[in-house]
Amino acid sequence: MSDIAAPKLLRAPASQRAFAGTPWRRAVILAGFALIWELYARWLDNPLLLPTMGATLSALWSAILSGELPDRTLTSLRVLTTGYAIGVAVAAILTTLAALSRWGNEALGLLTSMFNPLPAIALLPVALLWFGVGTPSLIFVIVHSVLWPVALACHGGFLAVPPTLRMAGRNLGLSGGRFVVEILVPAAFPQILSGLRIGWAFAWRTLIAAELVFGVSARSGGLGWFIYTSRAQLETASVFAGLLTVILIGLVVEGVIFRTLTRLTVQRWGQEQA
Amino acid sequence: MNVAPRLAGLVGDAVSPPLLALDHVSISYPTRDGILTAVEDVSFTLSAGERLVLLGPSGCGKSTLLRTVGGFLKPSAGEIRLHGKRIVAPGPDRMTVFQEFDQLLPWRTVLGNVRYALERGKSLPRGQAEEVARHWLTRVGLKNFVDAFPHTLSGGMKQRVAIARAFALEPALLLMDEPFAALDALTRRQMQDELLKLCEETGSTALFVTHGIDEAIRVGTRIIALTPHPGRLAASFDVLPESRVRGTAQFAELERQIQQSVFADPEAEYV
Repeated sequence: MSDIAAPKLLRAPASQRAFAGTPWRRAVILAGFALIWELYARWLDNPLLLPTMGATLSALWSAILSGELPDRTLTSLRVLTTGYAIGVAVAAILTTLAALSRWGNEALGLLTSMFNPLPAIALLPVALLWFGVGTPSLIFVIVHSVLWPVALACHGGFLAVPPTLRMAGRNLGLSGGRFVVEILVPAAFPQILSGLRIGWAFAWRTLIAAELVFGVSARSGGLGWFIYTSRAQLETASVFAGLLTVILIGLVVEGVIFRTLTRLTVQRWGQEQA
Repeated sequence: MNVAPRLAGLVGDAVSPPLLALDHVSISYPTRDGILTAVEDVSFTLSAGERLVLLGPSGCGKSTLLRTVGGFLKPSAGEIRLHGKRIVAPGPDRMTVFQEFDQLLPWRTVLGNVRYALERGKSLPRGQAEEVARHWLTRVGLKNFVDAFPHTLSGGMKQRVAIARAFALEPALLLMDEPFAALDALTRRQMQDELLKLCEETGSTALFVTHGIDEAIRVGTRIIALTPHPGRLAASFDVLPESRVRGTAQFAELERQIQQSVFADPEAEYV
């Protein structure tokens, strides 16, 4: 067959390229929020209810300098990533079994419909009975909060893989675990990625909430405990500094890790979808 | 003592099994409203080097039949044998080119798709697989697109990748499930010609499914027409090389014959 020539591409003019991206719009929105906060807090003039942004930032700065906030953050992140990793691993095992057998499929369907609506925090009393006050209890509730939404997203993604693509894989003689890992997982990656995102958000919420309920102990508590103790001491600016830290970490994970992952995978493969 | 093996050899030669044999194959599957028989009592054989076209209107079970040969479905009665062995599962000895464009792995480049198929289907080491993949992509005219991802290609180019992938694995039997049905008329004609050339150059054996009479004459050496609901054999036509040239009287004559014998209304549009 004769060669098909590659298409020629032109570069868009610089002025057009500069305004094409989204970062500057986000910066404008963020600056707007900051301005509203600062003005409203000044007008309210009640630092116990709503500290100004300046006060919050200086509380944040001193908490960072004292080493307390980085310590707390690291503690939280360590628990969070452990629980997240276990949750994702268990979800991977369950969905692989579900993809390979009818029994696994039914079991996963039943389990997710039973446990997905159950708030992780509701399991905290049970976790305290089983594991006592400490990190294992926290990890238990985080695993619960991550496992079901991730499993549900993976499973849904597997079911949505086009039959032609499945047949193309089986045509090469693929079956079992290799078929799941090399065909189903990449084909369902858009859904898996959004499941991982939701799982990450759920894990964060659950962790902070659990720490607020029982801060483990003063010495090894995480960010939730930092917020809780600051409130008990009526240091509202520090409460806000703690919340701000949670938000910043969320932004970094979403904006750097997940966005990079999206760009390197589903965008590159032309699979991006809502 | 030494007569027996010789005798066995002689018998083996005398009844050397055809490449593909369908033996009273029926295919039915359950639907919401009951069991549907898609294909009923179909038998035929295919020898090496032949290109057999299954021709019929939509719903005659021709794609179902092809998928059963591919091993993706099981016949409800009868059996299908490749080299005398019963087909029970899909395998790279029967590479299928599907009609749908999503048969390529979207997360692999054009080269990656073909190379991966060679690594898995033929267990070639990576370097050798890449070499073979490049060779076939060049043969289908995609030398300039080896690093492109499938979603950036046109429909015709995606089918070219799928064809390169199928040929690269050197299957005993090529299965083509209306590979050009979703293409525009101009591209379809070009692809038919190029596929014919590839088949003739490689001496491939193929089972081709289509609903286009002109496509059937163009690519096949033999045409089997199926009736719809359920699919049964209706008629068989041999295509002589001189009938294969578009615009000739022989081509038109064969087209007319097929249309007359298969479809009650000779004026019916069946392209």
